[in-house]
Amino acid sequence: MRYLYFPGCSLKGTGRAYEESLLAVFGALGVELQEIDDWNCCGATAYMSVDETKSYALAGRNLALAEREDLDVIAPCSACYLVLNKTQKGLAEHPELHRKVVKALKAGGLDYKGTVRVRHPLDVLVNDVGLDKIAALIKNPMKGHRFATYYGCQIVRPYATFDDQDDPMTMEKLLKAAGAECVSYPLKTRCCGGSLTGTLPEVGLRLAYILIKEAKKRGAEAIVTVCPLCQFNLDGTQGQIAKKYERVDLPIVYFTQILGLAMGISASELGLTRGIIPAQAVLAGR
Amino acid sequence: MALEQTIKYEAERDRDFARWVMDQSGGDNLRHCIQCGICSATCPLSLYMDYTPRRLINLAREGFKQEVLSSFTIWLCASCYACRVECPKKIQVTDIMYALKRRAIQDGVYPRRFPIPVLAREFGRMIFLFGRVSETLLVIDLFLRTSWFKFLSMTGLGMDLLRTGRMSFLPERIQRRAELRQVLDALDAEEKKEASR
Repeated sequence: MRYLYFPGCSLKGTGRAYEESLLAVFGALGVELQEIDDWNCCGATAYMSVDETKSYALAGRNLALAEREDLDVIAPCSACYLVLNKTQKGLAEHPELHRKVVKALKAGGLDYKGTVRVRHPLDVLVNDVGLDKIAALIKNPMKGHRFATYYGCQIVRPYATFDDQDDPMTMEKLLKAAGAECVSYPLKTRCCGGSLTGTLPEVGLRLAYILIKEAKKRGAEAIVTVCPLCQFNLDGTQGQIAKKYERVDLPIVYFTQILGLAMGISASELGLTRGIIPAQAVLAGR
Repeated sequence: MALEQTIKYEAERDRDFARWVMDQSGGDNLRHCIQCGICSATCPLSLYMDYTPRRLINLAREGFKQEVLSSFTIWLCASCYACRVECPKKIQVTDIMYALKRRAIQDGVYPRRFPIPVLAREFGRMIFLFGRVSETLLVIDLFLRTSWFKFLSMTGLGMDLLRTGRMSFLPERIQRRAELRQVLDALDAEEKKEASR
């Protein structure tokens, strides 16, 4: 099994624990990830507010580079995943935009056809690799550990390609296969305010506080997330939350880290030392 | 209790602006909005907005350009797409917000020293220069351009990121920056050609 891999800027920066754990888990499963050659920033949510056509062209360059191989693309970051999918849809639906972007890409020697499939690692793990294969590799099940699964916004919205947009369950299936329990967490797709915490802290902090407080109240020992911005936001703001509201101290981890632990991969290899809130509860008993 | 309400006059409407909004991608079915308020109800940020999404949509399609473009509402939208998914008329609210942000930047009417449009602009500049975004450098740049004080209050977080090995001061960059520039330059040239027509 082989896929192209689009890491995006966060997985090379503040979210590098996501990349570390993702590569370790996919490696252990025998799934090969080939990083797209010379990929550029997808534009994320910010660039769409500056220039629509250019933001489609930015994502378009990545898609054109990916098309050179006949493989599906895995995009683990929620913003990248959405932007790449949105670009394909947008270019297919708007002929004038399509013409402009294809022509501009040609000027850079790139050919865009719109044929690549952009996938999320959750989707690939459950639907391509399969839960049976994953369950067979669980050496050290996460018995007695309780987590709140947090998907955030852009994985299931606006396009629910592999799971339900109100009550996604893919992560629960994976964590169950890893032997863990999941608490009921109705806020699982509510926005964490990540894109606002740096710019309007008073607003962003409140959104983050609501999410971590609710997870703690429901008995979770950690929030398990799929997005580098959510992880950064929920983990990095807890110092400010302690000052403004109260100390909650809830570790925020990636689903790949939990899966990796259950597969017997070491905590340091999975980047579990990179949490600002230490993940001791998660590591208890191993 | 403040019972005062602002009266809007027909003469304040800018019909060209209303037409422009409906011409943007996502704006085509704006006229079908039934003002049900689902967007405001699902929006996790509406309580901070000067106009809720429902009110903003109505102001935009009626052509109240000034109120819409100088509002905080458009900048508070975090692009979580909750409204778009729930809208019974399938209005692409998030994309309309994007179009309004672009117009506000273009017209230079956003609130002074308000950090969100500055972030958007600097984000774009960094991509143009390097092809990738280095989060650390972007954040430092942003605070220097908006507020020193906030920057100092964030140093605790900065130390945490340094300690956990999540911060890097070297700009991430792509190899074929010329190729990316050719693509973006081609779009600039096209836009110039259109403007002169």
